[in-house]
Amino acid sequence: MGLKSFRGGIHPETFKQLTRDKPIREIPPPTSVIIPLSQHTGAPSEPVVDAGTHVKVGQKIAEAKGLVSVPQHASISGTVKELRDYPHPVLGKRMPSFVIEADGSDEWIPLERKDASDMSGKEIIAAIKDAGIVGLGGAAFPTHVKLSPPPNKPIDTLIVNGAECEPYITCDHRLMLERTEEILDGLGLLRKLLQPERIIVGIEANKRDAIEKFVRARNGSHVEVVALKVKYPQGDEKQMIETLLGRQVPSGGLPMDVGVLVQNVGTVFSVWEAVIQKKPLVERVLTVTGSAVKDPSNLKVRIGTLVRDVIAQCGGYDDSIGRLIMGGPLMGISQYTDEIPVLKGTSAILVQTQEEVFTQPSESCIRCARCVDVCPVSLLPAELAKLADRGKFEECEQLGALDCRECGCCSYVCPAKINIVHLIKYAKMEILSKKS
Amino acid sequence: MEKQLVVGVSPSIRDRVSVETIMWAVVIALIPSLAISLYFFRLRALLLIVVSSLTAIAMEALFQRVTHRKMTVRDGSALITGILLAYNLPPGAPFWVPIVGSGFAIIIAKQLFGGLGYNFINPALAGRAFLMASWPEIMTHRWMPTATGVLSGIDAMTSATPLSTLSEANRILADPLSTMEQLQNANLAISQLSSHSSLINLLWGNVGGCIGETSAIMLLVGASYLLLKRYIDWRIPLSYVGTVALLAWAVPSGATPLFHLLSGGLMLGAFYMATDPVTSPITLRGRWIFGFACGVITFVIRRWGGYPEGVSYSILLMNCATPLVDKLTRPKRYGEAK
Repeated sequence: MGLKSFRGGIHPETFKQLTRDKPIREIPPPTSVIIPLSQHTGAPSEPVVDAGTHVKVGQKIAEAKGLVSVPQHASISGTVKELRDYPHPVLGKRMPSFVIEADGSDEWIPLERKDASDMSGKEIIAAIKDAGIVGLGGAAFPTHVKLSPPPNKPIDTLIVNGAECEPYITCDHRLMLERTEEILDGLGLLRKLLQPERIIVGIEANKRDAIEKFVRARNGSHVEVVALKVKYPQGDEKQMIETLLGRQVPSGGLPMDVGVLVQNVGTVFSVWEAVIQKKPLVERVLTVTGSAVKDPSNLKVRIGTLVRDVIAQCGGYDDSIGRLIMGGPLMGISQYTDEIPVLKGTSAILVQTQEEVFTQPSESCIRCARCVDVCPVSLLPAELAKLADRGKFEECEQLGALDCRECGCCSYVCPAKINIVHLIKYAKMEILSKKS
Repeated sequence: MEKQLVVGVSPSIRDRVSVETIMWAVVIALIPSLAISLYFFRLRALLLIVVSSLTAIAMEALFQRVTHRKMTVRDGSALITGILLAYNLPPGAPFWVPIVGSGFAIIIAKQLFGGLGYNFINPALAGRAFLMASWPEIMTHRWMPTATGVLSGIDAMTSATPLSTLSEANRILADPLSTMEQLQNANLAISQLSSHSSLINLLWGNVGGCIGETSAIMLLVGASYLLLKRYIDWRIPLSYVGTVALLAWAVPSGATPLFHLLSGGLMLGAFYMATDPVTSPITLRGRWIFGFACGVITFVIRRWGGYPEGVSYSILLMNCATPLVDKLTRPKRYGEAK
């Protein structure tokens, strides 16, 4: 029987062998961290400490502001130096950020091991919110909001996303291997909270060891484990739902509109830590990789650690360093400096050599329709790019530009090397800015 | 950090295939049919192909030089146009014909519309249509027997290509003034056309016809390379060839479906010209419709039209309909009710 999959998508070389077999290594806390007030989708957090305050690891330094927001916590013990504007690796502009300097003691707030068996759903949600958990797959949407669907949108299926379809990245793979029990316990908490009929863990078939580990460890817990065809963007929420359940999330809608909720495996692990250990999200696992990193690794890193300091823990750069990317090679964002912090949503730091950097100029579209064939949401990417280039944003909207998942398959396959997804993102921005 | 970082838009990795890769792959795919055309039509084929190709390349370079545009002859698309135009000429055509045809294809049909990617009709077919309209005598009568001495492969009648033989036989059978002997010969010709030996000759290309269109098997060998590499879409040739076969089976035309598939320019048109990405639809449903409509038009012209062959006009007509087809077949929005 063929593995489950979806329409469209691409098969880039994965390069996962660089870090696949490297166990998660915890790096020492850095001497300083930068913690932006905006590391998530939604309103920036509201500061609750002043410059000069001494903080412990896990201490709240900013509170959630409004409904869709999360608190921020100190990820090292030391002194809050200042709150100032600092380059943000994802938003592409300077954003207010806390600067904390370490005192070297690495003193934590007291963590207590909790028994979740008598916790109510409300208490679980409160613990998740208090810990500042966001989606760790990249989108960084506040998890407590996602886990609180309105009563008129019942959830029948919880999907756990272990696809990790972006090339190079292996942090979820390692987490699934090394923290299987905790992830399954975390699923127990989510089951209690949402009471879905089914829980399905979807893992791409190139992580056979992780699939086997989950199959062995799930004993009697009614968690289904499904091997997925290796294809990008399998890990996109909507592609996961289509693949596993055959349901399509409507245009402009959310997974809960089709009775589904998707959580990344890393997020589930952090939920477990937040509820069982009362531990805030102050560290995460990420993959540091690429040909221009001397020792590619899977690391456990404090949030706010500068990329420069993370790379130093991996033997530093190779001489031929060309491009630094926050995230994977398909959706990750190219950076102009390494003095930027690791965020809650940072799953990888990828460093390419100069030879690997893509620099080819765009040619004319020859209408080959390769982009049409790979688009997972059945758009006409070449057409959208052409219209966006001419500033015809209303026509872009009619052609469904807002449905674009920004996966980048179109740009990847384009033989004319047109930056198709970039033009579509531009059109989306223009359309949305006119709406607001 | 002391090193400079190169910033750019995502994605940071791209597939290796470029426009050049695809175009040169088409050139490679044309080699088997080119080789067998040299075998059957010898030096004349070689000279016509060389003259046509050189003209196409020179015209593109000249135009781009004069208009101060970026030189793109290296992408291989002008060479393809040159070869395809020569493939569409009868072997007896004088040597100024490919020069005029290729010149028209490159300058008028391609460059004046903006060059590769902006032309709305296939340049080689536009060149052929221009030649057909201007010098019909040359384009429809300068057939030559192959090096092995075969013309239409039919003893009873000698009207050049298998398709023109079929057309002529059908005309005689429908004409009340035909003599008894004519009728007998026509009936004999029709029975011979779909015979085993006739089909074998058609398969190899050992028949009269345009230089590059006669050998179905060599065209298919090249096309299978392009299909395996996914450089051309399979839906257009499949629906095109399938539609012709289906109509030939359903509508009496004096010849079998296999004869219709192997004769004339169907294989060349379906696999190398209807699949020209620039001038065919980009939507999935559009590609099916494009191939289907080409098939219908081809068969209608062959069966009832004034020309024995309808491949090139069918593709040209559908090239013109491509923007409309694309517009009418826009994919459903993801998540819309099925």
